[in-house]
Amino acid sequence: MNKHHRVPSNRTLSSVEVKSKFGAEFRRFSLDRSKPGRFDEFYGLLQHVHRIPNVDLLVGYADVHGDLLPINNNDNYHKAISVASPLLRLFLQRKEEADYSAFGTDSLTRPKKTVLAAVLLRPDANRKKPPVIISLPRDFRPVSSIIDVDILPETHRRVRLYKHGQEKPLGFYIRDGSSVRVTPQGLEKVPGIFISRMVPGGLAESTGLLAVNDEVLEVNGIEVQGKSLDQVTDMMIANSHNLIVTVKPANQRNNIIRSSGGGGGAASGSSGRSSDSGASFYGYFTPGAAIVTTPAHIIQNFHPEELESDEDEEDLVIEADGEALPIPRAASASCSMPSLPRYEPHLNLRSTANGALASSTGSLSTVSTPDRGLEGRSLEEDGTLITL
Amino acid sequence: MKRFRRHGQESQRERIKQELYGFNKTVEHGFPHQPSALGFSPSLQLLAIGTRSGAIKLYGGPGVEFMGLHDENAAVTQVHFLPHQVELVTLLDDNSLHMWTLRAHHGVSELLEIGRFTLTGPPGAPPSVTRVTAVLAHSSGDLLLLGTEGGHVFIVKVPGFRELEERNISLEKVTNGVPEDYGGRRSLEHVESLQENPVNPRQVLIGYGRGLMVIWDLDSQSAVTHIPATQQLESVWWTEDGGHVLSSHSDGSYCRWKVAGDDPQSEQEKSEVPYGHFPCKAISKIIQLPTEQGPPFLFLSGGMPRASYGDRHCISVIHSKTHVALDFTSRIIDFFVIRDGPYHTGEPSALVVLVEEELVVIDLQTEGWPVIQTPYLVPLHCSAITCSHHVSAIPLKLWERVLSAGALQNTHYSKKPWPMTGGQNLAPDPPQRDLLLTGHEDGTVRFWDASGVCLYPMYKLSTAGVFLTDSDPNDNLNQGTEGEWPPFRKVGCFDPYSDDPRLGIQKIHLCKYSGYLTVAGTAGQILVLELNDEAAEQTVEATVADLLQGQEGFRWKGHTRLEVREEPVTFPPGFQPFALVQCQPPAVVTALTLHSEWKLVTFGTSHGFGLYDYQQKNNVLVRCTLNPSDQLAMEGPLSRVKSIKKSLRQSFRRIRRSRVSLRKHHVNNAAKLQQANARLEAELAEMELAPVQRKIEPRSPDDSFTGLVRTLYFADTFISDSSHNTPSLWAGTNGGSVFAYQLRLPPVERRGEDPVTAHPAKEIQLMHRAPVVGILVLDGHGSPLPEPLEVAHDLARSPDMQGSHSLLVISEEQFKVFTLPKVSAKMKLKLTAIDGSRVRRVGVAWFGSTRTDDYGESGLTVLTNQGDLHVVSLPGVKLQVQYPCIRREDVSGIASCVFTKHGQGFYLISPSEFERFSLSARCVVEPRSLVEVSSETPSTTLPRALPDGASVERR
Repeated sequence: MNKHHRVPSNRTLSSVEVKSKFGAEFRRFSLDRSKPGRFDEFYGLLQHVHRIPNVDLLVGYADVHGDLLPINNNDNYHKAISVASPLLRLFLQRKEEADYSAFGTDSLTRPKKTVLAAVLLRPDANRKKPPVIISLPRDFRPVSSIIDVDILPETHRRVRLYKHGQEKPLGFYIRDGSSVRVTPQGLEKVPGIFISRMVPGGLAESTGLLAVNDEVLEVNGIEVQGKSLDQVTDMMIANSHNLIVTVKPANQRNNIIRSSGGGGGAASGSSGRSSDSGASFYGYFTPGAAIVTTPAHIIQNFHPEELESDEDEEDLVIEADGEALPIPRAASASCSMPSLPRYEPHLNLRSTANGALASSTGSLSTVSTPDRGLEGRSLEEDGTLITL
Repeated sequence: MKRFRRHGQESQRERIKQELYGFNKTVEHGFPHQPSALGFSPSLQLLAIGTRSGAIKLYGGPGVEFMGLHDENAAVTQVHFLPHQVELVTLLDDNSLHMWTLRAHHGVSELLEIGRFTLTGPPGAPPSVTRVTAVLAHSSGDLLLLGTEGGHVFIVKVPGFRELEERNISLEKVTNGVPEDYGGRRSLEHVESLQENPVNPRQVLIGYGRGLMVIWDLDSQSAVTHIPATQQLESVWWTEDGGHVLSSHSDGSYCRWKVAGDDPQSEQEKSEVPYGHFPCKAISKIIQLPTEQGPPFLFLSGGMPRASYGDRHCISVIHSKTHVALDFTSRIIDFFVIRDGPYHTGEPSALVVLVEEELVVIDLQTEGWPVIQTPYLVPLHCSAITCSHHVSAIPLKLWERVLSAGALQNTHYSKKPWPMTGGQNLAPDPPQRDLLLTGHEDGTVRFWDASGVCLYPMYKLSTAGVFLTDSDPNDNLNQGTEGEWPPFRKVGCFDPYSDDPRLGIQKIHLCKYSGYLTVAGTAGQILVLELNDEAAEQTVEATVADLLQGQEGFRWKGHTRLEVREEPVTFPPGFQPFALVQCQPPAVVTALTLHSEWKLVTFGTSHGFGLYDYQQKNNVLVRCTLNPSDQLAMEGPLSRVKSIKKSLRQSFRRIRRSRVSLRKHHVNNAAKLQQANARLEAELAEMELAPVQRKIEPRSPDDSFTGLVRTLYFADTFISDSSHNTPSLWAGTNGGSVFAYQLRLPPVERRGEDPVTAHPAKEIQLMHRAPVVGILVLDGHGSPLPEPLEVAHDLARSPDMQGSHSLLVISEEQFKVFTLPKVSAKMKLKLTAIDGSRVRRVGVAWFGSTRTDDYGESGLTVLTNQGDLHVVSLPGVKLQVQYPCIRREDVSGIASCVFTKHGQGFYLISPSEFERFSLSARCVVEPRSLVEVSSETPSTTLPRALPDGASVERR
């Protein structure tokens, strides 16, 4: 078949070409793909080849989609090696002058934009990869993702469309339709809501997580059954700043299959077949997991409540003197309305904060808002926030 | 322990909620949509109206109302009361008969369906055999005679609906006795009419469609007399002395037949075509009633000359030398005559006519036969309703002034009391005087007494006089020419034709304390009116408000501004306009508020909003809210939007046109028609290919109509600093923006000279960008600020100015409370994100507890686009209760909803009917009435106890 032409040569299969850039200097070397070694060894190697033994480095690489992703532990190091074909392009920065905002953006975008999360869906059963652990949240930008894999039936998929700060339209349409349900009385045809169309280049299409004819089951944790098309439209628009849709994909072949002994792991799939990572999402948010302390305002971009809450903090007030300010929160507020987020927004940061690096701190332990009345709503908070 | 206590609090809250809230649809005001049948019980003095949707409504004296609904969704074709009883029978379009009764329960009568029945013919018989066309409720009260399309008469025992087969009068039995010389042996056709002999209840008259009438003896089961009419029969009337039969026919003629004695063959005494010479339309119903002295009254419906007046809806009343053809506004459904006397057998006193759009009652005992004003069934829609406004607890002074202004307008009505007196109204007197104001398409505002069960017209205000319109006010004076034949006289007030759609009223605001009223219309006109007890001649000063404020590059493609009369206009006593603002561009006014204490009016359109000082008669502020890229809003109503509906309509027009030309020219027709059909088919196919789908996209500032002003609000609050409260103006737009202005008013003594100023204080942009539909300031206690002048009149507690105020912004998607003067989010309630419904209408109401008089709570009454009603507590913005109320498909019903300040509301269930509902457990206005059978039953020898006659079937 045609595919044979694309099979890489033996040389590239066994070894990885590395092109490392630090400042204006390049270094080229190769690594054995089968024995990449540990990250600290690799880090030492880099310091060695660039002859910068005592410089603290931030290591990044360009992934297949052109995104700059960090290498700072064994797992993402192994990942970087495994996806490099044939060239692994490294970018080194001094830690003290690192430009965090470059990470995770399309700074390295090439003409052909493929979709980061589409990796999840690529059927790729031939290669068995070591389980990949997601790295620190600060090393990633929030992207649209599949969440709550651990609590949903395998036939369903809960997708968070993370629109934050992007110019892309959400870019999909919904329609009425009918679906078949299994009931005690046998099969029954019931009305349902379906995705009818994707706008090319829109967020929904570019994530690859939603497809035409997927049945919409929930919007932000609330079932849509019995609701009209217009009602569901209004619900989605009202939640459009943080839209979480649970769908039953029309194509059931790409479902994420959980291993039965899963320890509550969330979807961490970077491969076509996501396996249980063995490390739960919450693990990252225990105080002990907080490694790096960064300025507080950066954290907030990853505050779970920010993702959860909507546009609140972003209502704008222009006072008589004409200066635009985001609406601050009243001191007494949090006690009366638990769903409100509890931090001061910094709108001026927002432009640079889009996709900026951030790190986790202990403040992230408040993953789920305590007393939300609706069960459905608490569901949506259980999920992973960031998945690659 | 804690949980336990909390539980206790919750159950206590539940109990309080039950004492505060309760949902009831209480009464329907207005005229039933599409009435199809009329019935009347002289003994009960009740009239019954059946509608095409299967509703049956009973009305007696004012306030006595009952309503029932058939399970079948079929039109009611006939309604008959059983003589001297509280039962009535309805015949539906689906040939089923239903028995209803008024049963007393806890001292209040209820209308209940107690039985149903469908005639079953012999096996194998065609359905026409049992298709009921005529019904006679026999005066014995236990027999029902049913004439059918097949020509048979079935006799049924009621109330149980037991068929008395052996007594049926089959067509064969009758045909055998027909004299040989009567037009061969052709079929007699269906039974058109059944009449009982007024002096001998054992005799009934059967009128067949072909014209033959047979007097049948129920005891001997044989024909007594044959009346050999040969014209198609329309209706039959047996005169009160039993000596004559009147028959009306399809050719516009009526005949009188003498039927005295046992003469087997009756002879024709008289035959007349009242509007004769040229072909006439059928006389569908004929009634003749005697008077004490002098000639009888004769009532004929129809019979007009076909060519010249075939489109008129007329009832001719002939009495002695007087002959009037009452010319009604719409199709006549049915009519009956009310008679004086203890047994309702005396002089005819009133003619009651049900036409398709109204009920007209004519006083027959007053010279000139004036119309009696109806206390109910008023055609709300005499011109289409375009908006409504409710004002609770009107001060007596204003009430009386409005009433007296209205009385001057109603001088042409009869002074006689309402002739229908059935039942007792047991509803308690309304606790307060409430006004409902409806704005209409023709530029009128009607004031209704909405305090009780009857929505009674009080006063009508017309704004058309201020403007120059194409219509000639003398248009209607060209009637009543000497010697005109037929002698027409227009009756009724239904007039759906608007002279100029720009006159339509869109927003109304009345200050009940000062008597100032402001109304705004379709062409951007805002009138300020004041109540004056004297007629006055004055010029109305017009001010133009340029809402574009120099925005360039736009061209308004909508209607033009109304032209104002420059010469002084005489205004009758009542509300008289004294100031006029005209928006430029003249887009429809979308928000309007009046503050009578500050003498300011604020108004908004899709382009911006303005503030007008009606004391100094100048604009204080004009603000453009238009998004420069919003071409759609700029150009006027839907100038660019090409709807599918429209294109479809055009396609049909094309077809029709081609069909017309087909008839006219006989050329090329088939090809043309085919072409048009193909085009239509292609368009339809295109529509089918594109399924109904909805785009999911967050709102953007570039959306259309984001600048449309949805709500305007005046408040005396802390807008800029927390120590000084000042007057302020708040505006909310479709794009989720709130604009706040601080107002500076000169001291009272300088109010006429010093200018009022407005300074921008705040702008809030809600990030979810949903339309802002309500703005409210809550005082230090969390209560809504009182209305202007309310405190001055000692009718409200002055607001708490010590504690901090808060601002409640209600968008279509959520309720959000902010602090003041520094605007920061305090709490909110999300609606759309949770259940997908959006706020359509919102009002502030006071809910009193049913348990104690001194407890009550303020709340928001909310109607969503799903037709659900919610109550949201204040100041905590928590959802309290939720009731489904209106079908979500009923968009016009939802849009027409108006809330009262005491937890009630109204919405249109048809163009002509308001449904009244109540969300308050304490404040409920509903009919409570009792109907009893009078114990004295007139002896059977008394002539004609049932003058209502059988309803002529309409289909």
